[in-house]
Amino acid sequence: MTARTRRLREESLAAVPSISGERAAILTEFYKAHLGRHSAPVLRAMSFYALCDRKTLWMGDGELIVGERGPRPKAVPTFPELTCHSAEDLRVLDSRPKTRYAVDPSVIELYTREIIPFWAGRSLRDQMFRELPPEWKDAYDAGCFTEFMEQRAPGHTVADGKIYRKGLLDFKAEIAAAEAALDFAGDPEALDKRDELRAMSIACDAVMRFAERHAEMAEAAAAKEPDERRRRELRKIAGVCRHVPARAPRDFHEALQQYWFCHLAVVTELNGWDSFSPGHLDQHLLPFYQAGLEAGTLTRDSARELLECFFVKFNNHPAPPKVGVTAAESGTYTDFATINLAGLLRDGRDGSNEVTRLLLDIIDEMHLLQPSSNVQVSRKTPDAVLKHALRVIRKGYGFPSLFNADAVVEEQLRQGKSLEDAREGGCSGCVEVGAFGKEAYILTGYFNLAKMLELALHDGFDVRTGKRVGARTGDPAGFASFDDLFAAFEAQVRHVVDVKIRGNQLVERLYATRMPHTFLSVITDDCIAKGRDYNAGGARYNNTFIQAVGIGTVTDSLSALKELVYERGDLPLARFVEILDSDFTGHEELRQRLLHKTHKYGNDDDYADALMTRTFGMLFEAIDGRPNTKGGAYRLEMLPTTCHVYFGEVCLASADGRGEGHPVSEGISPVQGADRRGPTAVMKSASKMDHIKTGGTLLNMKFAPGLVEGDAGVDGLHGLVRAYFKLDGHHVQFNVVSADLLREAKANPAAHRGLIVRVAGYSDYFCDLSEALQDEIIERTEHGGF
Amino acid sequence: MGSGLVFNVQRFSLHDGPGVRTTVFMKGCPLSCAWCHNPESQSSDPEYVRLRRLCMSCGRCTDVELDSPVVTGRDAEDVAACPTGALRGVGERTDARALVRDVLRDRAFFEESGGGVTFSGGEPLAQAAFVTEALALLQAEGVHTALDTCGFGPWPALRSAAERANLVLYDLKLIDDVRHRSATGASNALILANLRSLAQVHRALWIRVPVVPGVNDDDANMEATAAFVRSLPGVDRVDLLPYHPAGEAKFARAGLETPLRGTPPPPPGRLESLARAFRARGLHTTIGGRA
Repeated sequence: MTARTRRLREESLAAVPSISGERAAILTEFYKAHLGRHSAPVLRAMSFYALCDRKTLWMGDGELIVGERGPRPKAVPTFPELTCHSAEDLRVLDSRPKTRYAVDPSVIELYTREIIPFWAGRSLRDQMFRELPPEWKDAYDAGCFTEFMEQRAPGHTVADGKIYRKGLLDFKAEIAAAEAALDFAGDPEALDKRDELRAMSIACDAVMRFAERHAEMAEAAAAKEPDERRRRELRKIAGVCRHVPARAPRDFHEALQQYWFCHLAVVTELNGWDSFSPGHLDQHLLPFYQAGLEAGTLTRDSARELLECFFVKFNNHPAPPKVGVTAAESGTYTDFATINLAGLLRDGRDGSNEVTRLLLDIIDEMHLLQPSSNVQVSRKTPDAVLKHALRVIRKGYGFPSLFNADAVVEEQLRQGKSLEDAREGGCSGCVEVGAFGKEAYILTGYFNLAKMLELALHDGFDVRTGKRVGARTGDPAGFASFDDLFAAFEAQVRHVVDVKIRGNQLVERLYATRMPHTFLSVITDDCIAKGRDYNAGGARYNNTFIQAVGIGTVTDSLSALKELVYERGDLPLARFVEILDSDFTGHEELRQRLLHKTHKYGNDDDYADALMTRTFGMLFEAIDGRPNTKGGAYRLEMLPTTCHVYFGEVCLASADGRGEGHPVSEGISPVQGADRRGPTAVMKSASKMDHIKTGGTLLNMKFAPGLVEGDAGVDGLHGLVRAYFKLDGHHVQFNVVSADLLREAKANPAAHRGLIVRVAGYSDYFCDLSEALQDEIIERTEHGGF
Repeated sequence: MGSGLVFNVQRFSLHDGPGVRTTVFMKGCPLSCAWCHNPESQSSDPEYVRLRRLCMSCGRCTDVELDSPVVTGRDAEDVAACPTGALRGVGERTDARALVRDVLRDRAFFEESGGGVTFSGGEPLAQAAFVTEALALLQAEGVHTALDTCGFGPWPALRSAAERANLVLYDLKLIDDVRHRSATGASNALILANLRSLAQVHRALWIRVPVVPGVNDDDANMEATAAFVRSLPGVDRVDLLPYHPAGEAKFARAGLETPLRGTPPPPPGRLESLARAFRARGLHTTIGGRA
């Protein structure tokens, strides 16, 4: 780091996340004046223009890349048109012990006076909950599933290379051509398309206006700047902002600023979950990097400083705050922006290059929460690149995470994408697969597998909420065979998937008709060509993902039930269920036997693993290929974020010996502590799942630092990764920390504020995690030797 | 086809040869080294142990003293009845084919890392027929094999096993026979003779020298060791393995005398200077096997 970037980094780390009322105020004022006067897309684009035209700008001292979503770093705007926080929500955000957002009393006052009176009953969330059927709400309350889009917009998208080759004026020309080609006599949707295209054009104007204001600001600052060097920098910034995003970037600096303007535009218009991501940044930047070095206008060090400034901007942007269950399922400041490294080129060649190595060095040195990073490891990725990444990973920040680029391509081909689009795609968020710049791949919510087995043992009745939320599968006393039990489990899965999808069709249509994402549509193929919004099926590919949580817990539970009830006849199923309902009260010996003496997933034990693959296959059949509202299909993913803690809280004790309310397993990782044969056995178990049929799986592994010391340690990790990927594993991430250190950090957070751990698909500050999650991470097996 | 008594099968071993390996620890050893890391592996009988850290005192086997292995008194049925797995067998009988089937589960990891399977102990030569059969089966599968031996066994047994091992890891503790007897309970004459013979015929040989403070880390022994190794043809490298007190707790748990109680690991500076002395004789030398 240079002195400049060290200071910017420290300022970013020290800034306190806060809530800004400015966006809500501008938007509400705009809506009051314009609601009912325009079509939905035009209204959205015009309100976006108002935000870009009027929001307070920020230009930090010494910054080279400029622009903030809020009025200052870590000031987070709200989106009352989606979810209108109550005054109580804001007070909770201000006072909650974890992931707190400071809320000034003036914001609560503004909300009480202006925002809430206008949006109460009008917000998308209010409309959604009015219209969702009761069985959806009951299943939601019981913790059968969550819904991402109840508080945040469909996001989860990543830029491809087109914004480095085209400016917004080029996009406007394409939009105009598309509008000119509309057939108002022959195409019944022509008017809708015209509105959408006009909205896209306004969105381009909005972002250009936003850049122009930054140029003006930089010029004004330069005029007053006494320091000659900074004055030159400010003039350069002004020149950059006069050029991009209207025109294609010409150099490395402009390329980074181009992405950053697009990023801010996407996350200002709507609060998509996840954020927005640059995708294959090393591949996109390479031509600018090489040209700069050749022309003598750029050095490795100056490129590095620009990239470091760029990284700080991501860290200045905590996630828009969630409330209630949704905060519990993803309680974190991170907004899941991630940078992809290496991977493949469009023509199938290795995509790693010298910028890959530069970025790995920056990741190593900066270790910020955001942006996150990952390496897409293909068969063609040089060992040296993977080992470089492993040396960074070994330091224990939890990133970069590692993806199997070849499997990622295969997964997308199975979904019907073209080979080139698949190669240009990759992973974002936690582990999710998408065709970058061409796909709306929307996460619709987590699915509680452990709850499905619980419902099967209770005839569809949820004991905690006292409501029937599942299918009537009968008294478990009548399950004469293990196959009967499994059939009841399957019936519950199918029933609740149906409930979830029925609700989801409404959610998707609400976004399609009321909340178009006009700027994102500009930069996502083929929204312009189709004259259709990103949220309405305009993208070339449209997948909706359901993320299943707890396959480890369910596998171990099925394994125990199969062996003890149906093979050994130790106790009848009805008796077993009574003991589970009592949380093992008076049955500690049975619980110990379940914990220690049954077959467990994660040990390369075919008895347990066969039940995992059977469960996975059943789940896949229940979800994959079901049509969504956008011409695409539902797909299955296996990832938890932090939802395994929430899902555990709403579940009774389970047959694997897990106590009532304790976390369920996360991702496709084994139950915490159940894996006893080391990391290769975990990977073998996990690889028995057919990863290619998913849209992403998440495998978390933790190592004590001693195990992976030295070159032998790096070589060992390298062997693990290569073999797991050879077996079609989708993703793996390593935590390299000692449990003792984590315990110490939990007891004395002040001394360990900077401690980053891999949680599940992302890294977070350990001290910001809930106590339950801290305990769960400590408990995850430490793969130490003797 | 006889059966073998296996003490432990350790997957993801990184320091018993190249790459990611599975190390098979055989039970039973003719030596009784004071610094042994696996004292429970010394006896060649199957044993049972009741582990304090897992025991919930259900009362089924209170006649077995906690943390102290016993040879008899309990059986497989008692082990199965224990709810927590606190009562467990130390050493499991298996035949070579079943063992090979089990270790081949990590074949992908061996192949991607240049790793394989290492037989260690205890002392693998104490069960030479079994180990040789398993090594041959693994070689037939194309898996890289290693034999980690103290060298105390009949030469034909060693030669036969070593022929089926791509790599031999050979322990060398003390060159002076009087001191060797005192530290390990056995003469080193056979060990040194075997090593001389092996070095004539085997192409891949790593010498492993434990560095145990106060036992063998003195200049006289280390110089004699380096000189002896230098005199051999075909030694690829020397690993200096620092003594680690991890064995102490296990000795206590195994109800054995802890001969080195309180001995600290050798200081890093001492290891570095020893490594320099070995390298000065032209020997490729590592500390702790970390190349």
